[in-house]
Amino acid sequence: MTRFNWFNTTTLTLGFAFLYLPIILLMIYSFNESRLVTVWAGFSTKWYQSVFFNESFINAAWVTLRVGFISASVATVLGTMAALVLNRAGPFHGKTLFTGMIYAPMVMPEVITGLSLLLLFVSLDFTRGFWTVTLAHITFSMCYAAVVVSARLVTFERSLEEAALDLGCTRFSAFMQVTLPIIFPAILAAWLLAFTLSLDDLVIASFASGPGATTLPMKIYSQVRVGVSPEINALSSILISVVAVGVVTASLVTKQAQVKRMKEERLAISSN
Amino acid sequence: METLVNTQPVCKFAPWEDPAQEPLVRFENVTKKFGDFTAIEDLTLNIYEREFFALLGPSGCGKTTMMRMLAGFEYPTSGNIMLGQNNLQKAPPHKRPVNMMFQSYALFPHMTVEQNIGFGLKQEKTAKVEIKRRVEEMLSLVQLEPFAKRKPHQLSGGQKQRVALARSLAKKPKLLLLDEPLGALDRKLREQTQFELMNIQEQLGLTFVIVTHDQEEAMTVASRIAVMDHGKIVQVATPAEIYEYPNSRYSADFLGDVNIIEGQIDVTTGETASLAWAEGEIPLAISTKLRPQAGTTTWIAVRPEKLRISKDKPANADNCIKGEVWDIGYTGNISTYHVKASNGSILKAQVSNREHLADRPITWEDTVYVYWEKGAGVFLDA
Repeated sequence: MTRFNWFNTTTLTLGFAFLYLPIILLMIYSFNESRLVTVWAGFSTKWYQSVFFNESFINAAWVTLRVGFISASVATVLGTMAALVLNRAGPFHGKTLFTGMIYAPMVMPEVITGLSLLLLFVSLDFTRGFWTVTLAHITFSMCYAAVVVSARLVTFERSLEEAALDLGCTRFSAFMQVTLPIIFPAILAAWLLAFTLSLDDLVIASFASGPGATTLPMKIYSQVRVGVSPEINALSSILISVVAVGVVTASLVTKQAQVKRMKEERLAISSN
Repeated sequence: METLVNTQPVCKFAPWEDPAQEPLVRFENVTKKFGDFTAIEDLTLNIYEREFFALLGPSGCGKTTMMRMLAGFEYPTSGNIMLGQNNLQKAPPHKRPVNMMFQSYALFPHMTVEQNIGFGLKQEKTAKVEIKRRVEEMLSLVQLEPFAKRKPHQLSGGQKQRVALARSLAKKPKLLLLDEPLGALDRKLREQTQFELMNIQEQLGLTFVIVTHDQEEAMTVASRIAVMDHGKIVQVATPAEIYEYPNSRYSADFLGDVNIIEGQIDVTTGETASLAWAEGEIPLAISTKLRPQAGTTTWIAVRPEKLRISKDKPANADNCIKGEVWDIGYTGNISTYHVKASNGSILKAQVSNREHLADRPITWEDTVYVYWEKGAGVFLDA
């Protein structure tokens, strides 16, 4: 065990300060009475109220959630299918190429992805709006979903599927009854990642979106260009809180399940 | 070999000796290739109903491929596999009355013990009441009733193994395949489980095919063993036949410990052949009904426990070799003496330790005589 000495303490403090100081500052100023962002003028929650009564914020949030939900769901299905094929299909011609092409969008600069999508939508004469943003988000988050699911499939024991076949399942029902439930946590993780990526995205959405389909990040960005308002601080604080609660709950649940499982495993071994 | 003494148990079970018996499983000239690699080469084999048949060989000999072809996870490149009257050539795994117990057990981690065992029956759309009854029957067969509601991770290794067995038996398969079923268990539990497996097989009257690389396990459980090497079957016989009358150096060496002596046939008189094995040594005498050609190079196998060892030259022994004690392997119940003969070859002689170690009269570098009867050695074909 390493004790807390001055070196460790300093490193830790600096590290966390680096990560969280900006966010804490933002949250503090969201309770600022003043209209001026950098001048403290007393505590108030009025900016939170005004966020909830700002229809354009609520609309943007709603668009963002819908885009996120639809794109994450479609991307997870497509990504899972891609991961399954690349993991299961034996060596075929161009497998490396296909694998590379699945992963390529991850390293592609977002601006390029956004621009190419814009060009595509324009040349196909698509009316840009809600569906083009959704399509764009499916495109770029699919590869992340594929990566998460295939990481799980690498350690998936194939004999489980063989056992299901052996006991009378067709390939499809073996997948539904055995493979899917077992890899489900990875699929859920892939969905959450895709959803988060979609919520987070500004660049691609800006290219792919049209009138009437402004996502929250786009809204915030456009507001900030005319000047940071305490309202934005409040909105950001709400977002941060939601995310933080989600992450903390998820990790607590996982941790608890893990502890329970380890305890049961130890019990099983000692009972023998 | 007709010369065999009765090596079978009292109640003789030997359908392979009865030409009227229809085999349950027939491999007919089966070849399996993976790309350029030939895993199984032109193999023909019959397995009969109610047999406990062992496929024995080192890893890579093709035994697992044979099993996977029976299960339907692989298909032969050429040749046929028949199960009764059905050709299994095109049947997918779920359409075969064959079940398999996997080496890793492959228990479904998201299902309870009960659900695991009932899984196969559920696929057949068996009535719920019937599934429940069968699951209970299986649980009591493997003595796991108190664990019905547990998940696999809440079980010990031995319990998992029994759930896997129960699951593979639940559908009453015509043929049960066991892929190294006891490999993950420790030695004590393994021995105990071997006898449990035999009891269950007998009790249910099923046909078992086991794949193993453990010769002791194969000898304990199997009614017949197929010794395999590089995609071919070297010998198929009962454990006792293979042990006492191996047909080749490979199967002699694979099952148990053995002394293999190379030499040339000297003369054959009556039912005794003599083998010149070293310059300046008396030829060895071996009982045989075959009349081997004089001058041919051949090998004989003698099991170490059939060799006796003494410090004094024994009077009228059939075969006697003088040598020096090179090494002594002590394993508690037996001691194995490695004796170096005049031509440099090492002979192993096993002596069971009836007396205390302290009384052991023979020690390193002693000059000793190793001797055995002429009936103890057997000629090998290859």
